[in-house]
Amino acid sequence: MGYKFLVHHENDLVGVAVEDLKPSEKAKGKFLDTNKEIEVKILEDVPLGHKIALKDIRSGETIFEYGEKTGVATKDIKQGEHVHVHNIKSLRWGGISK
Amino acid sequence: MKIGDKILAYKRSDGSVGVRNYVLILPLDDLSNSAAVAVSKIINGTIVLPHPYGRLQFGKDLDLHFRTLIGTGSNANIAAVIVIGIEPNWTQKVVEGISKTGKPVEGFYIEKSGDLKTIEKASRKALEFVEYATNLKREEVPVTDIIISTKCGESDTTSGLGSNKLVGRFIERFVEMGGTALFGETTELTGGEHIVASRFVDEKQRKKFMDMFNEYQELVEKEGVNLLGSQPTQGNIAGGLSTIEEKALGNIQKIGNAKVKSALDFAEKPSGKGLHFMNTSSAAAEAVTLFAAGGAVLHLFPTGQGNIVGNPVIPVIKISANPKTVASMSEHIDVDASPIIRVEKTLDEVAEVLWEKVYKVANGQMTRAEILRHEEFVLTKLYRSA
Repeated sequence: MGYKFLVHHENDLVGVAVEDLKPSEKAKGKFLDTNKEIEVKILEDVPLGHKIALKDIRSGETIFEYGEKTGVATKDIKQGEHVHVHNIKSLRWGGISK
Repeated sequence: MKIGDKILAYKRSDGSVGVRNYVLILPLDDLSNSAAVAVSKIINGTIVLPHPYGRLQFGKDLDLHFRTLIGTGSNANIAAVIVIGIEPNWTQKVVEGISKTGKPVEGFYIEKSGDLKTIEKASRKALEFVEYATNLKREEVPVTDIIISTKCGESDTTSGLGSNKLVGRFIERFVEMGGTALFGETTELTGGEHIVASRFVDEKQRKKFMDMFNEYQELVEKEGVNLLGSQPTQGNIAGGLSTIEEKALGNIQKIGNAKVKSALDFAEKPSGKGLHFMNTSSAAAEAVTLFAAGGAVLHLFPTGQGNIVGNPVIPVIKISANPKTVASMSEHIDVDASPIIRVEKTLDEVAEVLWEKVYKVANGQMTRAEILRHEEFVLTKLYRSA
């Protein structure tokens, strides 16, 4: 109980906020496949349903969610930052070849 | 109520089972909407489906027009049908298609007599049909005798975490019990198509699915665009979905771990029990219209940001796991799946709530989309008319 974000798969680089998250809060999350817990310090406002980085991600790195490829980072992203269209894009329809 | 209980529904002469019992006034073409709407206003107990097409269509697009209209008239939620067209030949084609179900159907055409005489003749027949239909009784049948379809809309990340997963749990069980289910949304599988492909049991059907998927991708590329800006939609992005792959992986949660039996063309009827993929647009009203034409009599519609679609022929059950949507758009949501993402209830606990809702709606309870008169009937058009 009291989880602020959920993660689909243990290999995922992102978690999904299930509440509106505030900067500098230490948020507890849960991996849905392994039931393991994880804690991340939130760096900026992240609305419910939006994603946070679970670790530092380099520009060009492939994003995993559901244990599958869901996009590529277009900028360096720090752990706890908001992950969305401003810093990741599609591998399929994002103008970057597969 | 427990899983495996029976429902009270309408058994039709072709063996299909319906959960509603309408007399349908079906215009063949745009020109016949006026007369069809007039009949439905005169005769209580009828529904009417005005639409903008049916003239100068040709080839595959015309075939789909006929298949959708015949399929809609043949849907088990419909007790009897009046078809109204401008001329006799195409009108008769739809009448003959629907008559194969054994249900009462009669066609009227407007040429040579005009709207007013046609409205009178069609209304007299509709009156007879309403007497016939309202005398039919619901009978006890296994819930697995009905065909259920699913498609999501205005999805966000709560869909993949909650409402779609919930539907997936339902579909797994429903199919395992011997039910028939349909899913589609061809372009919205982009990034998850390999997972869907791996679920096909039959190699020929898997290839058929991949051909349908690739054809849609080529169509998008041929237009010289990618669907960025359109897929994910603006609503999806507001809800936190960043890429089509992420949306697709959330989307396919709706089929759980179920195997897929066949790949159906637009509005094609499934040939047996089990879960079937249907090639459809991902636009909500178009997809639900195609599923209903393929025989679905009840639809499960998970939404994140709050898509409000309904259908005039089949009840649409709206499910959301986004607590903000459940609160701000409560009149549209039939099942609150937000306890799943708050980790307050397990998927199985909320699945029981969904099962109960399905039984109630199958037995006659109106869905919120029905109560709010959401009656979106939208034909899929493949290309320009001649």
